[in-house]
Amino acid sequence: MSQKNTLSNKHFINWFRLSSPMTFYPLAGKLIPIFWVLAFLFGVAGLWVSFFVAPIDAVQGQGYRIIFIHVPTSWMSMFIYIVMAVWAGLGLVLNTRLSSMMAQALAPIGAWMAFMSLWTGAFWGKPMWGAWWVWDARLTSELILLFLYLGFIALQASIDNPRRADKAGAVLVLVGVVNVPIIYFSVKWWNTLHQGASISMTKAPAMAQTMLWGMLLMALALWMYSIAVALMRVRVIILERESHADWVRQLSEVQS
Amino acid sequence: MSALLGIIHRDLLLVMRRKSEVLTALFFFVIVTSLFPLGIGADGALLRKIAPGVIWVAALLSTLLGLQRIFSADYADGTLEQMVLSPQPFVLLVAGKIAAHWLVCGLPLVILAPIIGIQFDMDAGSLHVLILALLLGTPVLSLIGSIGAALTLGVRGGSVLMSLIVLPLYIPVLIFGAGAVYANTVGLDVSGHFSLLGALLILALAFVPWVSAVAVKIAIE
Amino acid sequence: MTCIRGQRELFQGLSFGISGGECLHVCGENGVGKTSLLRLLSGLSRPEMGEVLWGGKSIVSDSASYRHQLLYMGHRDALKEDLTSLENLEMYAVLDDVALSQENALATLWRFGLRGREDLPVSCLSAGQKRRVLMARMITRRAKIWILDEPFNALDSKAVQVLQELIEEHVDAGGIVILTSHQALAIKGLKVLKL
Repeated sequence: MSQKNTLSNKHFINWFRLSSPMTFYPLAGKLIPIFWVLAFLFGVAGLWVSFFVAPIDAVQGQGYRIIFIHVPTSWMSMFIYIVMAVWAGLGLVLNTRLSSMMAQALAPIGAWMAFMSLWTGAFWGKPMWGAWWVWDARLTSELILLFLYLGFIALQASIDNPRRADKAGAVLVLVGVVNVPIIYFSVKWWNTLHQGASISMTKAPAMAQTMLWGMLLMALALWMYSIAVALMRVRVIILERESHADWVRQLSEVQS
Repeated sequence: MSALLGIIHRDLLLVMRRKSEVLTALFFFVIVTSLFPLGIGADGALLRKIAPGVIWVAALLSTLLGLQRIFSADYADGTLEQMVLSPQPFVLLVAGKIAAHWLVCGLPLVILAPIIGIQFDMDAGSLHVLILALLLGTPVLSLIGSIGAALTLGVRGGSVLMSLIVLPLYIPVLIFGAGAVYANTVGLDVSGHFSLLGALLILALAFVPWVSAVAVKIAIE
Repeated sequence: MTCIRGQRELFQGLSFGISGGECLHVCGENGVGKTSLLRLLSGLSRPEMGEVLWGGKSIVSDSASYRHQLLYMGHRDALKEDLTSLENLEMYAVLDDVALSQENALATLWRFGLRGREDLPVSCLSAGQKRRVLMARMITRRAKIWILDEPFNALDSKAVQVLQELIEEHVDAGGIVILTSHQALAIKGLKVLKL
């Protein structure tokens, strides 16, 4: 049985055809190298700007440069959570397996971003304020976001039935996405109530143009990286979950 | 409406027949709060300062303990399935179960809290604020927790997993609830905290029963 | 009544219909999907492909009225062990949205040989007696469609007889019964579906 791999007309893609794991698998395979290249290019540009072009900060010296990883990872952790929620929501409403698989693939990447953001935040904080951890509003919210990611991953790992895991995870992440603004707001409130915001990473020094560029480029690099890794992960998930299907058994990777 | 009351009546009747399960959650609340002075020291000023936080955290944990039973007993003996198939709107039945849970696990906490507060040497004004905050906050805890309970029905290691899922979602309630009492002790205005708690309660009442109903149906499938 | 097509994992391309006054016996080996089929018919789970129709309309879109006329009994007893059989019946009356007076409930329980045991917690009843409480519920429920999963389990021969008569009565009155069972059934006008 020949495998239909139709992308005949590049300008018009039948989205419903794409929602079949069978069609998506080879397409994803083709796209992955593209995103790795983009990630590499943006990454090189971003790192160059971060280390060589952006000026030395008057107050913080060279050490502040870790912000070029800290801030983009924060942005990405938040962004990936929202994208995950969108995919999971689509999977729940439209009952498409592939959307839920995308959400499942994205979760560990987002968790990793949140974790990196916390670590780099600690590395930034130590030379600046002498403490490895400060209960700043943003860092605390980031920590809670990491918990939300871990809860989602744990829930999906504990449920044996994959369809039930998809739907339960979708409910959880949708509830989470609604709660994230509430949590962030409450943490900010808590911060001002108890500390009077003496230490705040959001009160960073006024950003030079180049600093902003550096962060944007790094963010783009991370975004491309996330897409590449997500596509790779979703291909593995497809193979695992569709292993009973004929088209999987006929793939060269599986047969070897 | 009669279905709602019927479910509450049924759940309360079941609790009456097996009181020990509920009482253990309440004893847990008392024991946990007593652990803190034992661990930190009996300095009056310090205890007064940590009291709102300690009582609220203990309330969160006791509610979680009680939530393990909200759906699991009915799930195990097949009655939950029957409720899903009932001609009555399932959202109403879920709301009834959550209400019964609050009456059994949340309301007693509100009543016990002042006693614990006295142990922590809180003054009368703070106790009033604490009771009111718990009165607004514990229903939200029951509501949000029911989502976690529904999602983890019948799952291995469900109770710990439920805590992992639900505790991050509890944080706003904790912050506003404990914050209200703390604000009162330092002389700040508490009305902001209460309006936020009230807003959370209204939001939760409006949406959560429906979300939990969806989650239960996913688990039953 | 229904028309189902396809559910990839257990069975595919299944399609049949059943109307009032008929009794359908779904049979097959263990694990072939009898319980799954019954759960699909009751609306507890959704088919991967295809749909279940009642009176021409999908049971998903018009679920409230479908559930009004449906009685589903699964493997588990679905009785609260800590409540008495009378309380269980009354609780189900509230859930099922049917009016049930206490005299009616008691009379039904007595009909099934539970006189004197109505006020005992269900945990004190034997397995067969618990099934009799469920038979009482089948009467008080007054549903048109009965979907019963292995209803003859744990019943002695006399109770099996009683249940078969109950089913025949229901079918004669124009109701629909769909059931699974490992036993040979002596019910008039039985249709058989082999999975």
